[in-house]
Amino acid sequence: MLHSTLPKRLLSALGFIVAVAAIANHAASAQTLVVYNAQHESLTQAWADAFTRDTGIKVALRNGGDSELANQIVLEGAASPADVFLTENSPAMALVEGAGLFAPVAGATLAQVPPQLRPSSGKWVGIAARATVFVYRKGAFAADQLPLSLSDLAKAGWKGRWGASPAGADFQAIVSAYLLLNGEAATLDWLKAMKSNSVAFRGNGNVMRAVNSGQVDAGVIYHYYPFVDQAKTGDNSRNISLHYFKHRDAGAFVSISGGGVLASSKNAEAAQSFLRWITGKAGQEILRTGDSFEYAVGVGAASHPNLTPLSELEPPIVDPTRLNSRKVVELMTAAGLI
Amino acid sequence: MLASARSRPAPIDPVWESNPFRPVRSVPRWIIACATAIAALSLLPLLFVVGVTLGTPLGTIAGLLLRGRIAELLVNTGLLVALAVPLCVVVGAGLAWVTERTDLPGRKVWSVLAVAPLAIPAFVQSYAWTSLIPGLHGLWAAVFLSVIAYFPFVFLPTAAALRRLSPDVEEVAASLGLPPRAVFMRVVVPHLAPATAAGGLLVGLHLLAEYGLYAMLRFDTFTTAIFDQFQSSYNGPAANMMASVLIVLSLILLGMAARIGRHGRLARVGPGATRAAPRNRGKWTLILATLLPLTATVCALVVPLLTVFRWLALGDPAAWGLWRIASTLENTVLLGCIGATIAVVAALPVSWLSARMRGSLVRVMEGASYTAAALPGIVVALGLVTISLALVPSMYQTFATLLLAYLVLFLPRALAGLRTGFAQVPPELEWVAASLGIRPGTVFRKITLRLAAPSLAAAAALVFLAIVNELTATLLLAPIGTRTLATQFWALTGELDYAAAAPFAAVMIALSLPLSALLYWQSFRAAGR
Repeated sequence: MLHSTLPKRLLSALGFIVAVAAIANHAASAQTLVVYNAQHESLTQAWADAFTRDTGIKVALRNGGDSELANQIVLEGAASPADVFLTENSPAMALVEGAGLFAPVAGATLAQVPPQLRPSSGKWVGIAARATVFVYRKGAFAADQLPLSLSDLAKAGWKGRWGASPAGADFQAIVSAYLLLNGEAATLDWLKAMKSNSVAFRGNGNVMRAVNSGQVDAGVIYHYYPFVDQAKTGDNSRNISLHYFKHRDAGAFVSISGGGVLASSKNAEAAQSFLRWITGKAGQEILRTGDSFEYAVGVGAASHPNLTPLSELEPPIVDPTRLNSRKVVELMTAAGLI
Repeated sequence: MLASARSRPAPIDPVWESNPFRPVRSVPRWIIACATAIAALSLLPLLFVVGVTLGTPLGTIAGLLLRGRIAELLVNTGLLVALAVPLCVVVGAGLAWVTERTDLPGRKVWSVLAVAPLAIPAFVQSYAWTSLIPGLHGLWAAVFLSVIAYFPFVFLPTAAALRRLSPDVEEVAASLGLPPRAVFMRVVVPHLAPATAAGGLLVGLHLLAEYGLYAMLRFDTFTTAIFDQFQSSYNGPAANMMASVLIVLSLILLGMAARIGRHGRLARVGPGATRAAPRNRGKWTLILATLLPLTATVCALVVPLLTVFRWLALGDPAAWGLWRIASTLENTVLLGCIGATIAVVAALPVSWLSARMRGSLVRVMEGASYTAAALPGIVVALGLVTISLALVPSMYQTFATLLLAYLVLFLPRALAGLRTGFAQVPPELEWVAASLGIRPGTVFRKITLRLAAPSLAAAAALVFLAIVNELTATLLLAPIGTRTLATQFWALTGELDYAAAAPFAAVMIALSLPLSALLYWQSFRAAGR
């Protein structure tokens, strides 16, 4: 008897739970702003929480990487549940923009960000920024041994000495800048040299860990990793020094994290106000005070005091809408890096 | 009592063939229909991959497949499986022998400890070991971590089969003049082979589909490469091409396992083992017997647990966010329970047929679900995303799609557990009941299901554990805002916040441990003691 009733009860209980969960889920999605978030989850969550406090508008995040979410939005097309898309790098924004899926960003929002930190098209806007950095193990290089350009790392002397995370959108954004500045043939040559010279890791954090523990001498990542680690336990960045390429080199690329409103959004007004809020005073202040250590991009907004000021980094001048992520993937696939 | 114990698939038993009650004839059509439908459902993502491949121009296919990178991945993946699976079998079966057939002190404890690593997700193993040895990378590191993460899959079924195997059978063989070696080879091995092979097959399929474990070790397999492509282009042709190669690899694995796993009759009428088997005594055996479980426990349990505790201690308890942990725990448990129930129910028809019917139909159905499950979670998820967007947009990003992915991915775990369970239910009992006029449904419920109940519970526990540890499909398919312990852990380690990630690992382990215990207890209860 027990055998026949127990599973039935269990099943009906489970069925009930599913039904409740489905209803709750549906009810939640009716009034909530859906953000496809490729930015650091903790940063966007901090933004979302504060935004909800200020405006009463609820925000739900779907987290993922830049390229994957951008391609997902393109696949979803007009059926996309997303209202807002936030990224770490520009190429993913350019991809969605190229597919014609963004609504123009409100003028008031654009006015909050200086022109060099947003695309000229006005289809999306910079929300934060990150700088390319050459990290190396303390003492591994004398000052005059440090590379002058990202291109130097293709030279024979660098074999096995540096690491990167070629599958990540961060590094691919740097490559997209290289492509824009140096052209397709030179980029493919550089990538092929990279295939034989570099050690591939998954994730910039792992590159930093490897440099820190002495597996490789150096790595090409973004600037904030060591700062974030120092703010936590510091375990993975104790032996790390930073070197910025500057001089408008591709290796000095500053990647603009973007935010845009989907044209298919049914909450366009709330979506625009979220973007305005992030690029405004309150949103940019979270970049200065929080533990993301990304650069603030708002007009007059200060970044975290520990960072080398953005104005000193001499980044190359690139139009972010022209960064071509698909071409980069094609070239990197051809070079055997991914 | 026990009919045949052949070491290789033999011609069909003549007694069986001439038996008028041979259940092949009495299998209701609707069971076959159900089983076929479920197998077809689990083939959905696979068909998607094949479809994309067929729809790609030949030139593009050649360009994507005939390149150095694919050869690199083929060598890596092939070597990994060829080295790690046999090692898993040696370690798993060795531990089973040590804990079941020697007088090792504390063997019950060792036996529990050999199952416990099931509670530790593979990616937590590599997080722990790379914390301990930062330079750990490459093939041998991958083989080592694969073995410590997956040997319980071999240990559990082998140990259970060993305990079920009554010493009477071996004694009968010995009394007929067989030397001990021959008794082992001709009686013990054939009885263990289906269970061990099923375990080994599961390990092999898992290795093909594993992502998190190798991502941290700088070891590239087809699955990590597919993930790279996914991150770069979501659902591009390169990823689908690599997935096609993976399908071929899993078919090869299935073919090999099918050769080992099929044997003559293994069912027995009776309460399981009539008494405990005599245990080996000997100093050297004992020393070796202590070393194996000791090493396994240190590597697979002590190191990861210590690392998690170290990060817990380094972190700030105030920053853990207990509410967030509680809500992700709730999501995980809910998904695990529902997913496990669905998988076990769906596995019933196929596994029952596979234990009761011979023929290519069953083998095809079983093979279909195994092959589909060898696809990495990411490929299954991408297939379901595209299919649901194109055909049933209302299913997109709902629990239903996620649960369907879990079904596709973890059906083989349920099948493996249930098939052994059903195989050990003597069909005579069903025939007798049927001959007494009891309806087939009642026979199934009161006899078959009841006798196979422990394996049912074990199968559910295995699927639950898999769902708790699942990462890539959940990342893609979970409804917006739904987070599980695994995805939260992964997000935080991605941000290098190991201290904040540690509580999620700890909760995952704490949640899985009682299930591993249940698994242990149920497996051995099947032995009748």
